[in-house]
Amino acid sequence: MTWEMVIGLETHVELSTKTKIFCSCTTEFGGEPNTHCCPVCTGMPGSLPVLNRAVTEYAARAGLALGGAIQNRSIMSRKHYVYPDLPKAYQVSQYDLPLCVGGGITLSNGRRIDLTRIHIEEDAGKLVHVGREVLIDYNRGGVPLIEIVTEPDFRSADEVTEYMERLQTALRAIGVSDCRMQEGSMRCDVNISLRQVGAEKYGIRAEVKNLNSFTSVAAAIAYEFERQAEILEAGGTVVQETRSFDADTGITAPLRDKENADDYRYFPEPDIVPVLLTDELIDALRVALPEMPDAKLARYVAELGVAEADAKLLTKYSAVSRYFEAASEGVSPRTVASFMVSTMFAQVTTEAEREKWNPSVTAAMLRELIELIESGKVSRNVAKRVYSQMAEEGRAATAFLSAEDMEQFDDAKLTELCRAAVEGNPKSVADYLKGKDKALKAIVGAVMRETKGRADALETERIIKDIISESSVESV
Amino acid sequence: MTTIAGIRKLLTTKQASCVELARQYSDAAARENALLKAYITLTPDEALYAAAEVDAKIARGETLPPLAGVPFVLKDNISTAGLRTTCGSKMLESYVPFYDAAVWESLKAQGCVIVGKGNMDEFAMGSTNETSYFGGARNPQNTERVAGGSSGGVAAAVASGTAVFGIGSDTGGSIRQPASFCGIVGLKPTYGAVSRHGLIAYASSLDQIGPLTTSVEDAAAVFDAISARDARDMTSHGSEPVSPKLTGDVRGLKVGIAREFYESLPDDIASALDFTAKTLEKLGATLVPVEFPMLKHALPTYYILACAEASSNLGRYDGLRYGHRAESFGSLDEFIKKTRSEGFGAEVQRRILLGTYVLSAGYYDAYYNKAQLLRRAIVNDFTRLLGEVDFLLTPTAPITALKFGANLTPVETYQTDICTVPINIAGVPAVSIPCGFDRDGLPVGAQLIGAKFGEATILNAALAFERETAGSFIRLPDMGVKL
Repeated sequence: MTWEMVIGLETHVELSTKTKIFCSCTTEFGGEPNTHCCPVCTGMPGSLPVLNRAVTEYAARAGLALGGAIQNRSIMSRKHYVYPDLPKAYQVSQYDLPLCVGGGITLSNGRRIDLTRIHIEEDAGKLVHVGREVLIDYNRGGVPLIEIVTEPDFRSADEVTEYMERLQTALRAIGVSDCRMQEGSMRCDVNISLRQVGAEKYGIRAEVKNLNSFTSVAAAIAYEFERQAEILEAGGTVVQETRSFDADTGITAPLRDKENADDYRYFPEPDIVPVLLTDELIDALRVALPEMPDAKLARYVAELGVAEADAKLLTKYSAVSRYFEAASEGVSPRTVASFMVSTMFAQVTTEAEREKWNPSVTAAMLRELIELIESGKVSRNVAKRVYSQMAEEGRAATAFLSAEDMEQFDDAKLTELCRAAVEGNPKSVADYLKGKDKALKAIVGAVMRETKGRADALETERIIKDIISESSVESV
Repeated sequence: MTTIAGIRKLLTTKQASCVELARQYSDAAARENALLKAYITLTPDEALYAAAEVDAKIARGETLPPLAGVPFVLKDNISTAGLRTTCGSKMLESYVPFYDAAVWESLKAQGCVIVGKGNMDEFAMGSTNETSYFGGARNPQNTERVAGGSSGGVAAAVASGTAVFGIGSDTGGSIRQPASFCGIVGLKPTYGAVSRHGLIAYASSLDQIGPLTTSVEDAAAVFDAISARDARDMTSHGSEPVSPKLTGDVRGLKVGIAREFYESLPDDIASALDFTAKTLEKLGATLVPVEFPMLKHALPTYYILACAEASSNLGRYDGLRYGHRAESFGSLDEFIKKTRSEGFGAEVQRRILLGTYVLSAGYYDAYYNKAQLLRRAIVNDFTRLLGEVDFLLTPTAPITALKFGANLTPVETYQTDICTVPINIAGVPAVSIPCGFDRDGLPVGAQLIGAKFGEATILNAALAFERETAGSFIRLPDMGVKL
C-alpha cells in the first residue's frame, strides 16, 4: 500500500520582549539558575499576573505578518497540568478566544499551509538533571511564547522544513523573535497521521512533542511514518497519543499512558482582564510592519535585477538585507548582491553571525569598492583581494590599491593579451574545440597570470571565446 | 472599645505613647488569645517597631497619616514578608512570604501597628472558623459560639478589643458574616476597589479585601487607606475616598427590600431587620419592595465558580518549593498526592474535588459554563435593581453565631451563605452593621448592598442608622484593652 502522510504543526516561538509576559523579570537566555525570577513567575501564593503590552503587540505583529486576523478581544485561559516546571500547576495560555485567527504561508511548490490560530502563553521552567537529583530552574518560566498552529496541510517532511524556514525568516524580519532552535526559542510539536494515497479521511494521529531542531523534526516524521505504516499494514490502528522523540536514538515513544489522558480543564483566567486591541492599534501595527521577506525577494529580483539565488540569501536575514540596500545606493544592486554572496557569505558562515551581520567593512565602504568595479577601475578579482584586506584592517578600498591594481585594461589591451594566450596554448584550444569546455580555463588562467589577476575573468573568457571561434572559422 | 479617632486623640494629645499602646494591645491579645484563638500568630515585635516609628514622628512634630499608630489585625491569608502567613492551613503552617501584599504595604506606610495575623477558615473556606487547622476562633460575645467565617479570627480580635480594626477578605461573605456574628461593622468593597496583590487566592474573581471595625466611620477610614489602583493587580480600579462624603443623611434615598432575602427568616432576625428598615424610613428614606428572583440560583452558581477557581488556585501547593512536604514517598506523583492529602483539611479537599469535577471534560458545559451564564444573569438583576433603588437592605445571614460543633452538613453550612454570596457574584459592595440581638442576645447583622463603587451610599446609610441608634447595637464584651 502507498501511504500519504498528513501533518499539522504547532510551533512555539519565544518572543524577544525585554521582560516576561506577566512580570518585569528579564527574558535574557541563560543566567545563574533562578536569578531571573520573582513571586509572579514562580507562582508564589498571592502573586498576580500583569499582562505585558509588548507581548500582545509582538504577537499581533507576528499574526499580521503571517496574514492572520487580529482579534479585537481575546481571553487568557488557564491550562492545568501537574509538572514541577510549572509552579502554579497551570499555564496561562489562550483557548477558545485566541489573539489571532487564520493566516498562512505559501511554499515554493505552490501549496499553501493555512494557519488555524496564533495565541500567546507563558513558557515553563526547566528541569536540570544532576546525577540522581532533579533541579528546577525557573528562569525561563514566564518568558512569552506564541504558539502558531497550522491546519493538517503538510504532505511531506520537506514541506514542514520549508515552512519552518519561512516562518523563521518572517518572524526574524519583523523582529519579534530570534527563532533559535538550539536555544529553545523555537520548538515544534508535530501531529502526524497516515492515510492511503487518494483517501479523503484523515487517519488517527500521534503527536510528537518538543522537537527542537530541524533535524529532529525531519527524523521524528520519518520514524513516525515508518512506525505508523507498519501498524497500518499489519491491520492495526494507530493510538491517538502524545509521544516524545529521543534525538540520540531517533525513536519516538509514548509520553503518557491512556489512563492519564490530558484533561487541561481550561477556564478563563480570572486574574487577567480581556486583551483588547483596537482597530486603530492593529492598523498602526500593520502599517509599521517592515517589508516581508517574500515581498522583498520578489522586489529584489524584479526591480533590482538581483539573481534569485542571491536574493533568497539576502532576504533571509533582515540585517543582511538592510546592509545590502544601503550598499546598493547609486550602484548596481546586482553587482552588490553577487559580490556579497560570493565573497562575504563565504567568510560569514554561521547562522548567528549572518543574523547579526556586522562586518568590519561598512555598507558605505563596500559601495565605494563596487563603484571601482563598475567604473572598470578594478577587476572583480582585485576587488576580492582588496575586500579581504579591508575586512582585516577595517579601512577603505583605496588604502589597498596600488597604481598597478588600478591599471586599466581597455578592450584593445585585453584582446591583445588574450590573442597571445590563445596562440601560446594550442593544445587547450584544440581540446576546447573538441568540446572540453574546461580547457578554456587554462587559457583564461594564462591571461590572469599575465595581468596578476587584474583582468575581469568573465570578460577575458568572452574575448577568448570570440578569438577562438574567429580563428576556427578562418581555418575552415 | 476604642475607635481610630480615639487612638489618634491619645497620640496627638500625648496622653499615651504609641509604644505604650502597642504594648497594651499586644499583651491583651496574648491574654485573650488563649481562649479566643483570634490570632494564629502574634506579632509583638513588629508592633513595637511600628509604634516606635510613630513615636519618633510625633517627636519630630510630623503630620501623622490618618491611621498612624492604630493597632490592627491582618487576616492570615494576606502576605507579610518575614512573617509567616498560614491561610489557616497545615499546608502553609511554616510558610514565610518574601514579599508584602499591597494592603500591608499601604497600612505600613500609614504607620499602623500590627498586633497579629487573624485566624481564619482554612484557605478562607468555611463559615464558622472551624476548618482552621489551628482551631476555630471563639466569639467574644459568647465564647461557646463561633466567631463566623472565614475572617472569624479578625472579627473576634476586633470585637474583643485587642485590635482597633481588622483587615479581612470576603469571597462569599467572609467579612460580613463574622462581623455580623461578632456584632461589628464589616465592609466588602466593590470588586477591584482594593488590590488583591499578595492576598492568597481562594476564588480570584470573587475575593476582595475589606475592613472590620467597631464603627462605620472607621470602616470608611480604613477603606480609604487601602483602596487604590495597583498596577500589580489588573483587576484593581481603586476608589474615590468615601470619608469626605459621609453625612449621615439618607433623606430621599430609596431602599430596596427584596422579599426573597426574607423568606424563612427566624422571627428575631426578621424583627431586627424590620426595625432597621423602619429606622431608615423614619430618617427620610423610602422603602421600596423589589424582587430578586435570581437569588435561588446564587448558591449553586457561587459554589461552582468558587470551587472551580479554588481547585486551580490551590494546585500550586505541591510541597516542592514551600509549604508542607510529605516525608516518605516513592515517586514524584506519590509525593505530591501525600503532601496534598496531609496538608489540606477535609473542607479544602472537598472544594478542590468539586472544582476539579465541574471543570472536567464532559462536565464543563453542564456546570461551569452554566454557572457563568447564571453569573451574568445575577449581575444583570443587580444592575436592574440598583438602577431602581439606591441600595438594598437584607439580613447579612439567616442565622446568628452557631455553637461550636453544631455539626451542620456541608450543604446546610453552604445554605447559611445565601444572603452574602450573590454580592460577590455581582462584584458590588455591601456592608454588614449590627442592627439588633436575637433571643439569645447574640448580634444580628443587617446588610446594605450598593451599586458598583457605591461604598459612600451604603456607608452613609449605615452611619445614619448608627447615629440614630446611638451605636446601641455595638455592645462589646468586657475584654481587651481598657483605655
